[in-house]
Amino acid sequence: MGSRQLKDDTTVFAGVGVPLLAAALAQQRHAPQLTMVIEGGIIGPRIKPGRLPISTNEMRAAHQAQMLPGITDTFLFAQRGFLDYGFMGGAQIDQYGNINTSVLGSDYWRPKVRLPGTGGANDIASLCKEVIILTAHEKRRFIKRVDFVTSPGWIDGDGSRGKAGLIFGGVSRVVTTLGVFGFEPESRRMRVEKLHPGVTLDTVRENTGFELLVADQVGITEPPSSDELDMLRALDPERRFLG
Amino acid sequence: MEDAASRVKDGDIVAAGGCLFSRTPMALVREVLRQRRRGLTLVRNLMCTEGEFMMVAGAVDRVVTAWMSIGLPWGVSKIMREYVEGAKVALEEWSHLALGLRFRAAAMGVPFLPTLTMLGSDLVSVGGMKTVQDPFTGQTLGAVPALFPDVALLHVHRADRFGNCQIDGYPHMDADIARAATTVLVTAEEIVPEEEIRRHPDRTIVPGFLVDALTLVPFGSFPHECYGLYEADYDHFEGYTTAINAQGSRAVVDYLDRYVYAPASFVDYLDLFGGERLARQQRCARELT
Repeated sequence: MGSRQLKDDTTVFAGVGVPLLAAALAQQRHAPQLTMVIEGGIIGPRIKPGRLPISTNEMRAAHQAQMLPGITDTFLFAQRGFLDYGFMGGAQIDQYGNINTSVLGSDYWRPKVRLPGTGGANDIASLCKEVIILTAHEKRRFIKRVDFVTSPGWIDGDGSRGKAGLIFGGVSRVVTTLGVFGFEPESRRMRVEKLHPGVTLDTVRENTGFELLVADQVGITEPPSSDELDMLRALDPERRFLG
Repeated sequence: MEDAASRVKDGDIVAAGGCLFSRTPMALVREVLRQRRRGLTLVRNLMCTEGEFMMVAGAVDRVVTAWMSIGLPWGVSKIMREYVEGAKVALEEWSHLALGLRFRAAAMGVPFLPTLTMLGSDLVSVGGMKTVQDPFTGQTLGAVPALFPDVALLHVHRADRFGNCQIDGYPHMDADIARAATTVLVTAEEIVPEEEIRRHPDRTIVPGFLVDALTLVPFGSFPHECYGLYEADYDHFEGYTTAINAQGSRAVVDYLDRYVYAPASFVDYLDLFGGERLARQQRCARELT
């Protein structure tokens, strides 16, 4: 579902795991000229089916790449405005699309749970023109306010992102196991836009820890075709990321 | 190796090159651990098993990084959780680009660099990023402070006897780290004649005048990868994390005894993996590059 958000002849900064799998699927299916950018300093790889990378900086991620510019310079392509999409996951997400992958609890230096950290997620969220988040839809993940803003979405709603100095970008879509979500243009609060077949609004509300807005017209997503499923299975035969 | 690593002193800020499990200066890390250094600050953009070793060995008080664990299949690092949640080690988190720019600023010899990243996030208050106004337009920008490590530990593909270093594949942040650090220690897969470096000077990423010590160490990143030469040994990570899942940090204490303190030389260390395993990882690398 995430892969369909990506248009051909664009650039996508893809996080490892499901985002990279979705980008690789888009490249095979409908976007052959999609350029994947990976934070290990990799531009334009062709992911080898069955050899999905585990990290963002290893030979599997760099297979048949077009350029290996170094990590800092790779991110600077995004800061300069060359990245159309950012594609990422997240441990906790809130109603403004802010993401926490750093700490659970209120004291950063004495966290209840220490998570791995931002990696490049903050940079992707700050510097790509359009950010799409892919995540499992669970009540413990979808909370009113994240404990810690690792990666900024719309921060506190309309205006605060720009005021902080983030002069472009922002989260456009959240693709979950229940549906596709967007943000109401005025308040920048998350809203339901499409549901997966068989999923009801009630199910979504039960699995969300804040009040969701609902778009005027809620569509139904098209389930993955057998071609898409075949491609995904070929990319990830060990089901490391497909689950 | 002993002589090179002895230039790391207690309390130093040590930056390790490579990234996560790629081109990690494992032989140098191992030697620093063998010399029982204390009070270090380890800086690495994405931190992996080497960070866990340093935590459990009691070598570090602080780590500066954007991300720490091994990789998605092995979940969140239990060692990091134990040491950071227990406040035994402080984890100072910067975004990946911000940390890269901290090295870049130091490499450029300037006290800070302006950036558009990390603004508006809670990361700002962790490491002390500030904002500045563009003196020309008044625009608000992030300002990240230069990071000058006392020592850089790097592993490269080849170098000549003067320390001119070449890296194949992704260069990660090594070039900036070498320029930023006061002392630069390098291990190389191969020491080549001066003429070979001169034949391809465009490939040289660290000039010899930056390098303080150079040691020949084939497989010097293993079980982490070296681009084009050997792939990371995921089976080894699997065994390592399985032991941690069962026994917690006790498993790392045992691991350090077996892989760091017992083998006197790096060749003895590689013997623990065995030639067949090394050859298999070389084949995997050839299939991918």
